Amino acid sequence: MEGIPLYAYLLLSALLFAIGTVGVLIKRNPIIIFMCIELMLNAANLSFLAFAKYHSAPLAAGSLEQWQVHMTGQMAVVFVMAVAAAEVAVGLGIIMAIFRLRHDVDIDEMSTMRG
Amino acid sequence: MTLTTFAFLVMAVVLVLSAWGVVVAKSPVRSALSLVVNFFVLAFLYFGMNYDLLGISQILVYTGLIMMLFLFCILLLNLGAPDTLFEPSLIKRSLAWFVGGVLVLAVSSQVIGPMATWSTSTPTAPEGFGQAASVGQSLFTGWVYGFEIASVLLLVGIVGSILVAKRRD
Repeated sequence: MEGIPLYAYLLLSALLFAIGTVGVLIKRNPIIIFMCIELMLNAANLSFLAFAKYHSAPLAAGSLEQWQVHMTGQMAVVFVMAVAAAEVAVGLGIIMAIFRLRHDVDIDEMSTMRG
Repeated sequence: MTLTTFAFLVMAVVLVLSAWGVVVAKSPVRSALSLVVNFFVLAFLYFGMNYDLLGISQILVYTGLIMMLFLFCILLLNLGAPDTLFEPSLIKRSLAWFVGGVLVLAVSSQVIGPMATWSTSTPTAPEGFGQAASVGQSLFTGWVYGFEIASVLLLVGIVGSILVAKRRD
């Protein structure tokens, strides 16, 4: 997409992140809270990729280190995706275990581990 | 308005509306389907920025794997009935939306506002930077330790989720 300024992507990312934050604040279902966390991770990914596209350092001719500097944003997104996959698997496992123990998943009732 | 700007605006509006739908939907299944739309359109935004491999990964990992897990969990726990969980009061919800608005305003005025004056409307990334060959090459040369640690993390995640969700008799 040529001609779209960087701040358009960043504004979109900020909006998505804020909507995710609001969802974490107002929702009581832990599964939807997880979805909103995924939304916030995706907003951060969008910022990474926009910066990687628009703010790469000038490329020295054929140097491998220089090329890897360009790829840093994409590498961060790859690792965020891997961590998100692991996080969802473990988190949904925990929700299943809590549901089996208590037969309801209201997040405000989960105060067993409060100190 | 050029065609690219129009495409970007359409995708941005769909992204924000579907994210909003995740938060306001009454039933969790509707939230999940709204999130599928969000992830899918985000993948097309990545394609538009020439991130070929990451767009495909976005579709495979998020709309494929993560949303399948979410829907599986919702249907298995039978959370589809809207009256199982009560929403917080109107005051709390308005306060949360206010906090969200303040967050957007703070970030836009302090971070994005100064950037609008930079000459940042032209991409500076080199040719072919989003293709599978270049991503794979840097993943297996410069970031190979991170790659290995991520694979160990995924293994620990698999074993841990089985242990947590296992029925203890």
